[in-house]
Amino acid sequence: MKLSAFMYSVRQGLKNIWRNKIFSLASVATMICCIMMFGIFYAIVANMNHVVQEAEQGVAVVVYFDEGTTEEQVAAIGDQIRAKTDIVSEVEYVSAEEAWIEFVGDYFKDNPELASGFEQDNPLANSNHYSIYLNDVAKQDELVKEIEQMEGVQRVDSNQMVADVLSDFNAVLGYFSMGIVVLLLAVAVFLISNTVAVGISVRKNEISIMKLIGATDFFVRAPFVIEGVVIGLVGSLLPITILYFIYKQVVQFVEMRFGFLTGIISFLPAGQIFGVLLPVGLLIGIGIGFLGSFLTIRKHLRV
Amino acid sequence: MIRMEHVSKAYTTGNPAVNDITLEINQGEFVFIIGNSGAGKTTLFKLLLKELEPTSGTITVAGQDLGAMKRREIPKFRRNIGCVFQDFRLLQDRNLYDNIAFAQYVIEENPRVIKRAVPAALASVGLAEKYKALPSELSGGEQQRVALARALVNKPQLLMADEPTGNLDPQNAWEIMKLLEKINEDGTTVLVVTHNREIVDAMKKRVIMLEEGKIVSDVSEGGYSHEA
Repeated sequence: MKLSAFMYSVRQGLKNIWRNKIFSLASVATMICCIMMFGIFYAIVANMNHVVQEAEQGVAVVVYFDEGTTEEQVAAIGDQIRAKTDIVSEVEYVSAEEAWIEFVGDYFKDNPELASGFEQDNPLANSNHYSIYLNDVAKQDELVKEIEQMEGVQRVDSNQMVADVLSDFNAVLGYFSMGIVVLLLAVAVFLISNTVAVGISVRKNEISIMKLIGATDFFVRAPFVIEGVVIGLVGSLLPITILYFIYKQVVQFVEMRFGFLTGIISFLPAGQIFGVLLPVGLLIGIGIGFLGSFLTIRKHLRV
Repeated sequence: MIRMEHVSKAYTTGNPAVNDITLEINQGEFVFIIGNSGAGKTTLFKLLLKELEPTSGTITVAGQDLGAMKRREIPKFRRNIGCVFQDFRLLQDRNLYDNIAFAQYVIEENPRVIKRAVPAALASVGLAEKYKALPSELSGGEQQRVALARALVNKPQLLMADEPTGNLDPQNAWEIMKLLEKINEDGTTVLVVTHNREIVDAMKKRVIMLEEGKIVSDVSEGGYSHEA
């Protein structure tokens, strides 16, 4: 195709959008709804994922040692645990003194003088331990069993239920979000293809004239496809831009109004969400616009 | 220009619409095809454009065997043929200039050529000054003249008109016919499907008459009066 013919197709595609204002508006509106839903959904899922991940990192496995275990042995156990980089994200050593200070902070906060009597005789003398934070709570059980086998380890405390709930929740969230995304895309493709089909039936006359004059299939298709791509572009750029501002406002609002939540929920920054959402949304929008118009016009081109 | 040999076209039910037609039309001829509704005129027209495939027989148009033509070769083939229809088939949403320029863009003509050719084509049908008008602002006769200009702007070897005067009053019908005659005198082969008795009688051109899908008469300088 010559450049001049291509430019003509681009111009015709843009003019067609204007000529069929109602139809174009309907298509853009459909697209906006789909991308908007997709965007909102993505923002929610990404944040939930984020919260779960944070919660996972807060789950600790605590390792206590046999009485009389030397510092070298304790250090060796620590090294063995640290070596499991695929499961372990952080290992923290808490000495008996630190454990006591922490305990006092937690339970004698209001009257520290009660705790002063124990200063010479640490009641938690044997409570030096490792707090281990995990990358992946699903593997907690496996890790606990391994550490229990190590020499000098007296016992391993873990909260298997929290770990199970979190990892199950994570998996469910994954499947659920995948399902919704597939459903949304299917709906979008269906709606766009329907709207394009309506547009084509309105312009059957024009298409048949083009074919009789001797237009190639490519030439007949090009304006429709360009139209679809432009509608896809507008229909995805617009909702994502709107969402960007809404998201910032919502995050700000929640953090201001429900300050007590900030300890439990921390939102992902808008930049991080939209760094993914913008390219993916545009790709989906343009992709649906292109495929929807291309496939539909192909089906209707048998003149 | 056109050669049909034993061409038949049958639809799924009923008698064949075109039944064993053999005819030859030479370059530069002016030919009327007449007959009642259902005689097979429109089917013949569509066969020549390769809008329909014949059930049997061979069709050659402008030196090309339509049966051997691939689908992707059809657009190039149709560029040799200008078409005019009873219902004009103009694009209602654009002005006359764009309607005719459209035909040139379709064949991927150079924009500089288009800028010259479109006013010339409009002038040749006497509508040069109305280039900005929309088809709906024109009379039927004027619309058909625009359709003619569009058919001619690509300089086809063959012009085919399907009932071009069917929607026009006698005076406008005559104007269209005069234009067709002039186009023919400039060297284009013209094929007109019609049942306008007066015009056919008056113009004294070759007349092919169809009846139930068969050629029942083929007379040079004929007319409806040759009817049996």
